[in-house]
Amino acid sequence: MSTATLFGVYGAVLVGIGLYGMIVQTELLRRIVAFDVLGSGIFLIFGAVARRGAAGGLASDPIPQAMVITGLVVAFAATGVATALLLRLSASAEGVARRPEGPP
Amino acid sequence: MTGATPLLWMAVVVPMLAAVVALALGGRAGERIHLVLLPAGLAIAVGIAVQAARSEVPLHYHLGGWAPPLGVALRADWASAAMLLVTAAVMCAVGLYARGPLGTPKGVGEARAPYAFWVLLPGVWAGLNAVFLCADLFSGYVALELLTFGAVPLVCLDGRGETLDAALRYLLFALLGSMLYLVGTALLYGTYGTLDIGLLSRHLRGEPALWIAIALMTTGLLAKTALFPLHLWLPPAHAGAPAPASAVLSALVVKAPFFLVVRLWLDVLRGGAGTPAAGLLAALGAAAILFGNVLALRQARLKLMIAYSTIAQLGYLFLIFPLAASPAALTGGVLQAINHALAKAAMFLAAGLLAERLGHDRVAGLGGAGRAHPVPVLAFALAGVALVGLPPSGAFLAKWFLVSAAAQTGQSWLSRVTDVGALLTSAYVFLVLARAFATPVEPLVARTPPARHRDAAALALAVLAALLGLAPLAAPGSASGVSQVDLGKALAYAVSVAALWPVAAGAALAFALSRRTADPPARGVLLALDRSLRQWPVAGISLAAVALSLGAAFLLRDARW
Repeated sequence: MSTATLFGVYGAVLVGIGLYGMIVQTELLRRIVAFDVLGSGIFLIFGAVARRGAAGGLASDPIPQAMVITGLVVAFAATGVATALLLRLSASAEGVARRPEGPP
Repeated sequence: MTGATPLLWMAVVVPMLAAVVALALGGRAGERIHLVLLPAGLAIAVGIAVQAARSEVPLHYHLGGWAPPLGVALRADWASAAMLLVTAAVMCAVGLYARGPLGTPKGVGEARAPYAFWVLLPGVWAGLNAVFLCADLFSGYVALELLTFGAVPLVCLDGRGETLDAALRYLLFALLGSMLYLVGTALLYGTYGTLDIGLLSRHLRGEPALWIAIALMTTGLLAKTALFPLHLWLPPAHAGAPAPASAVLSALVVKAPFFLVVRLWLDVLRGGAGTPAAGLLAALGAAAILFGNVLALRQARLKLMIAYSTIAQLGYLFLIFPLAASPAALTGGVLQAINHALAKAAMFLAAGLLAERLGHDRVAGLGGAGRAHPVPVLAFALAGVALVGLPPSGAFLAKWFLVSAAAQTGQSWLSRVTDVGALLTSAYVFLVLARAFATPVEPLVARTPPARHRDAAALALAVLAALLGLAPLAAPGSASGVSQVDLGKALAYAVSVAALWPVAAGAALAFALSRRTADPPARGVLLALDRSLRQWPVAGISLAAVALSLGAAFLLRDARW
């Protein structure tokens, strides 16, 4: 098994853990963390894709790397927005009397 | 071949620049910037539409002069141009409407909600334009995320706990969707070495990686567009936001992921997704139409009713996929998207005006509104006509395209679904109107003096939606196929018994329901089903089930490659 394949498999495992966490976790902060795990898994897969697709004597294909950097910025911004909303929510009356999971 | 035009980057950069300047200068300046931005954005959209209609090839622009596969390109065909135009129209009306309720009050340095609104509105505009113009799937991802980050805070402008909860639910489910989409792009890039839509469509081979990627991406986009049964976030988010924000969210934001599904299925796969998968999307659409419309009829609050109506109307958009062999299907789908954008924005604005003046938005308490506040009720009525599909609204023409494409391809069950949809839609539209023209229980007291420009914004959108069916007269020789339609035949169908019986039956149902004086009872099988479908874990499992079924349906596809 080549290094790139190994990284791809790691990525797939992280995606699985992240997806499971996002669907199953009831606590909102845990869901946000699960989203970050899921994102990291996808970026690893992109890394494996870059290594495998390398051509012309390059160590790796630069385009997936550019996509990962863009994706990191997006995931960082998403985590920021979600955390800010969560902080506001926990400060509000609804957050204080945090009811069990269910639609409002 | 030319078709290169700098207007395409301006459509994204100009609103984005306005958002950045508003962020730096504050809410009062942000509101003033819109006096320039709204006409400028409309002019850019009109310019693109005119050039797209004249050009024989789709318009394009290569950023920095680098052509794909190395560079990033923007591209506009007739469908993009039409969506840009309707976005600009809705933005102008919403910007006009929001001058007043979302102005920074006198004597206050800065207020939170107006500041956020006037920064986010151009941000959403830039995101929408970027989605409609993107020429590769990764740019589509970035544009969708830009749009989501602009749209989510619009839900909780008033900062109440329940809207914060709705916003967070919306954000997390949308993020789950975009992650599925991103996995798909990684798989596609790994397999084909490009994400450019044009290049991809030429290099496709029917590999498992392709089908897994498309199934994941489509499911992610369905989560973001809130197609039944993935609609858990939509009703609280769209009903809880302030009226101008609801109008943008319901009319435009949910159309962007749908537009990318169209790009994936019709441009990348070129209709090669196979009958079972396309049938699955249409079946979900049909379920959305029936379920959303019945639930809309059962809502006690006007804004929730309109939000559930959006779930149903999104269903119509997905009926086009089994008909993709016929070019009329895409024309009908885009026409339906535009019609719904105009009508739904008008409806939310009208509901906002009524709620301000009556002090509540209970459907059962609308009595007398028709006499006291005729303009918002008229706007609601015209928008309702457009949703039901009476001529000369855009939906009447969209339905004609759909019905004729369904007849050509022998799938007349789709026409039965639209008939039942029209029946239920006309039932809740007429129910609201019957309530509004009933005698009030107690005399109405006007809470706020009517502002003419805000009434006019809602009415203008409603009139546009109600007259959209005349578009073939205004779009000569366009690539969209709109001009090839025989308007006389379409009109003859629209006034036939086959098209009118659902409307009449719906009106009769509404009349029967309007004799009840109280709110509809908050129990029943469908309401319970909706509540359980909107539980987070159930929606997560539905998401996985949709992805798996799509993947399985792809495996059963017709052998095309």
